[in-house]
Amino acid sequence: MSGLAEVVEAGLERRASPRPVEELDSVVIRFVGDSGDGMQLTGTGFSRAIAKAGHDFATHPDYPSEIRAPTGTLFGVSGYQIQFASRQVFTSGDAPDVLVAMNPAALKTNLSDVKPGGIIIANSGAFTDNNLAKAGYAISPLADGSLGAYRVYQIDISGLTAQALKDSGLSKKDIGRCKNFYALGLMLSLYSRPLEKEEEDIRQKFARKPEVAEANVLALRAGYAYADATEMFITSYRVRAAEIQKGTYRSLTGNHATALGFVAASELSGVPLFLGSYPITPATDILHELSALKHFNVTTFQAEDEIAGICSAIGAAYGGVLGMTTTSGPGMALKTEALGLAVMLELPLVIVNVQRGGPSTGLPTKIEQSDLLQAVYGRNGECPIPVIAANSPADCFDCAIEAFRIAVKYMTPVILLSDGGIGNAAEPWRIPDPASLPKLEVKFRTDPEGFQAYARDASLARPWVRPGTPGLEHRVGGLEKDFLTGNISHDPVNHQRMVEVRAAKVDGIAADMPPLQVEGPPEGDLLIVGWGSTYGSIVQAREQAVAEGCSVSHAHLRHLNPFPSDLGGILKRYRKVLVPEMNLGQLSRLLRERYLIDVAQLNKVQGRPFKVSEIHDRIIELCNEVSK
Amino acid sequence: MNAVAALTKKDFETDQDVRWCPGCGDYAVLSQVQKLMPTLGIPRENFAFISGIGCSSRFPYYMETYGMHSIHGRAPAVASGLKLARPEMSVWVVTGDGDALAIGGNHFIHAMRRNIGLKIILLNNRIYGLTKGQYSPTSQMGMKTKTTPQGSIDRPFSPVAVALGAGATFVARTVDSDLAHMAGVLKRAAEHEGTAFVEVFQNCIVFNDGAYDAITDKSVRDDARVMLEHGKPLIYGKDRNKAIRLRGLEPEVVTLGEDGITEADVVHHDETAEHSGLAFFLSQFDAPKLPVPLGVFRAVKAPSYEDMNVRQHEDARERRGRGELASLFNSGDTWTID
Repeated sequence: MSGLAEVVEAGLERRASPRPVEELDSVVIRFVGDSGDGMQLTGTGFSRAIAKAGHDFATHPDYPSEIRAPTGTLFGVSGYQIQFASRQVFTSGDAPDVLVAMNPAALKTNLSDVKPGGIIIANSGAFTDNNLAKAGYAISPLADGSLGAYRVYQIDISGLTAQALKDSGLSKKDIGRCKNFYALGLMLSLYSRPLEKEEEDIRQKFARKPEVAEANVLALRAGYAYADATEMFITSYRVRAAEIQKGTYRSLTGNHATALGFVAASELSGVPLFLGSYPITPATDILHELSALKHFNVTTFQAEDEIAGICSAIGAAYGGVLGMTTTSGPGMALKTEALGLAVMLELPLVIVNVQRGGPSTGLPTKIEQSDLLQAVYGRNGECPIPVIAANSPADCFDCAIEAFRIAVKYMTPVILLSDGGIGNAAEPWRIPDPASLPKLEVKFRTDPEGFQAYARDASLARPWVRPGTPGLEHRVGGLEKDFLTGNISHDPVNHQRMVEVRAAKVDGIAADMPPLQVEGPPEGDLLIVGWGSTYGSIVQAREQAVAEGCSVSHAHLRHLNPFPSDLGGILKRYRKVLVPEMNLGQLSRLLRERYLIDVAQLNKVQGRPFKVSEIHDRIIELCNEVSK
Repeated sequence: MNAVAALTKKDFETDQDVRWCPGCGDYAVLSQVQKLMPTLGIPRENFAFISGIGCSSRFPYYMETYGMHSIHGRAPAVASGLKLARPEMSVWVVTGDGDALAIGGNHFIHAMRRNIGLKIILLNNRIYGLTKGQYSPTSQMGMKTKTTPQGSIDRPFSPVAVALGAGATFVARTVDSDLAHMAGVLKRAAEHEGTAFVEVFQNCIVFNDGAYDAITDKSVRDDARVMLEHGKPLIYGKDRNKAIRLRGLEPEVVTLGEDGITEADVVHHDETAEHSGLAFFLSQFDAPKLPVPLGVFRAVKAPSYEDMNVRQHEDARERRGRGELASLFNSGDTWTID
C-alpha cells in the first residue's frame, strides 16, 4: 500500500518538473480488449475526462454480438474509439493515433487500422503462449520486429494491476477485472488529464460494491502513477480545448438522446407517452431509459413480441396518448402489417428503427443504413408513411420531437431512422432550456356536433378523439373506410379517393419543412447529398476537399419521405450529385426515381462507418471529372 | 349516474347492417352483450371493443361504443395498450378460435399471464368461417374440411385449458344457445378484476353446423354437460343422478344412490381455489366419456397489471417528485463552457 503511495508521490513530483508536452490538434484513441475486459467502461471514462477538459469529441463503440465470447479469441474483441480535438469533431476518426491493446487478439484485429508511426500500448502480460496461439500468432508480435512501423510501449498491465491490488482482499478474478482502469489511468496521464473526477465517478458507479470501487480507484491511480513515474513515455500530450459554443453540456448517446426527445415531446404537448417495445439490439437502450422515467407521464410496456410492441402502441394511440415503438431491422419486418393498420387508422404513432447490418439477423451490433427502402415502401398496398432520419447522437433528440410533431399534426405513423452507430456513440450535447423548445400542439376533438371520424382539416388530418368522450363513440379498423364516416366501404371510387388522400396527406408534409440547408456554394460542380449517420464523415471530407480547392456543397436530409419541396431545385443546380450511404444505393435510387437525375454513388456495407478519407477521395475523383 | 342508468340495449346498437350469416351463433352473443352493457353502471363512452380478424371480429362495428377492428390475432395486444393508456376504460376483446389460438396465440396467453383488465370473449366455432371452411386449432381430429380432405391429423386443444395454463384469473365457458347462462357468465366476467376469459361454444351454421349438438340438443344435452356452480357437487343428467367422483387423479362418472354413493363422494366445484388443478382437470372433460362443463371454471383475486402499473407511477412520483425536463436534461455528468 505504502509502496503505491510512494509511486503516486513520485509521479506527482514529476508533475512539478514535467516531461515535455507536445501540443496536438486532434487525437484518435482506440481501446481494444476482450469483450469482458471492460473496454466500453474505459472508453466512456476517458471520454468523460476529455469532455470536462472542454474538448469536442465523438466516439464509436464496436463490440461483438456475443455477450462474452471466449476469452482471447479474435471474434471476442470489443473496442471503443474516441476522437477529441481543439476544433469541432464530427466523427470518431479514421485511423487511431493510439491503440491500447489488452491482448494479442485485440492487437491482431485492429493493427491494420492504426496510423503508420502511431502508438501501440500493449498489455504485455496478456501476450502469453496461450493467448498468442488463440490469436493465431506463432511468435509474439512484440518480439519479432513486425511492429517496427509503430511506437510500441509494452506494459504489463495485468501484472502491474495485480501487484497494485495484492493487498486489496479481492479474488484473483476480480483483480483481473480492474485492469481496464489501470489502462485508463495510463491514458489520462499521457494526455495530461486529472484523476480526481474519474475517481469520483468510479465510486459512484460502483457505489453498491465499495470494495470493488476502491480497487478500481487504486488501479486507476497505479496506472496514472506508472505513466508519470516511468521514463517510458518521453513526452506527454495536450490537446487544446476546442472553441465550443457556451453552455452546459453532457455526454449523450443517440439512444439516450432519442429517449429524452420523446419525454420532451410528451411534456411539451402535455400528452402522456406510451412505449410498447420488445428488446432488440441496438435499440433496447431507448426502452431502458424510458422505463426508468415513471415519475414523468411515461409508460413502458415490454411486450411479448415485436408485433405486440407496435400493436400496444397503436392501442395506446387510439386511447389518446403518444404511442411509440422502438426496434431494429428484423423487428421492423415483423411490425409491417401493423404499420399498415396505423396508416388506415390515421392515428399518430412513432416507430424508431435503430438500424443494424442486415438482412435477417445480419450484423446486430454493426452499423448499416440499409432499411431506408423498407421504411419508405415496405408494406402491402399503397401505404405512405413519413420517414425522418437523425444524423448524430444529439440530433436524435430533435428528431424525436420532430417525429411526434408530424405524427400529431398529420395523424399519421412516422418512422424515425437512427442506426447502431449514432445510437451507441456519444457526443457532447448542449443542454437546451426546456422553455426554448417548440410547443407541440395537440387537439382532441370533443364536440359531437357534426362529428365525422374521417372528416379532414387543412392538413388532411382526421380528428383525434379520446375514448371516454361522450357522443363521439366511433369505430376504426383496417378495412377500407368511407371518406367521411369511417364506416366500412367497399365502394370502388371511395377506395381510390382514400388511397389518394392518404398519399396527398403525406406528400403535403413537404410544404411544412424549413428550407433545406446547403453548406457551400448554392450551385456549382458537386453536391453531396447524405442522410443519417454519415453526416460527420461527409462534413469533414467536404472541409478537406474545399481546403484543397474543390467546389463542393453538402445537403443532409432529415426528411426522407416526403423529400423537402426545395430538394429538386437544389439538385439541378449542380453538375454532379454524390450520395454516400451505408447500403447499395437506396437514397440514390429514391432520388433518381423522384427527380429523374443521375447521381454518383458511394456505398459501403462493412458494418462500420465511412472513413473521412473514403468520402474525400471520391469527392476529389468527381471534382476532377467535372473540371475535365 | 342518471344518464348511465337510463341506457338501454338500443343505445349500444349501431346503424351498421349486421353481416353474419342468418342463423349464426354470433347474433346471440351480440344481443347478450348489448343487453349486458347498460346494466354495468359504466358510461357508454367508457367502453371499447377491440377485435382482430375473422367472423367474430366484426363485432365492434355493431357496438355503439369506442372500438377497433384491428389485424389478425393482435386484438389482445392492441387492447393491452389501450387499457394501460386508459385504465378507466372497460376494454373488451372479441375473438375467435383461429384469431386467438392460431395466429394470435402469443398475445392471447400473455394477456392472461399479466392479468391485464381485458374481457376476452372467444367465439369458438371450431372452424375457419371467413376463409370458407378450413380446420382450426379447436377442430376435432378426423374432421374433414377443405384443407383436410382425408380428415384432420391436428390434435385440438381446449381454449379453457390454454387460458388456465397461462394463469388466467377468470375462466368460463358458455354456449350461444343458452341465453340466460351466457348472460350470467358475461356479467361475472365484466365484474372481474384483471383478465376475464369466456369461451362461447358458437355454432357455425354454414361450415360446421351441429358441432355442439351433443350439448345443446334438448333431448340429449343434460346427459352430456355439467353446469359448474361454486361450492356445489358436480351432479348432472336428465334425472340429476349422475355425478363425477375422483379415483386418485382419474375422474369417473358414478350414479348417485348406486353402490351407496352419496353427494359426499362427489367432487365439489371450487372456482376460487388458489391452485388451478381442479379447473384444469375439468377443462379436460369432453363428451361422450365425460360431461362437458359449462360455467365458471376459475375466478380468483389477483392484482391487475394496470393497477400495478399505476402504483409504480405513483411510487416513482412520491420518491422522486413529478419529473421535470430541466432536471432530467441536467442529470448525470454535466460540464459548462463559459
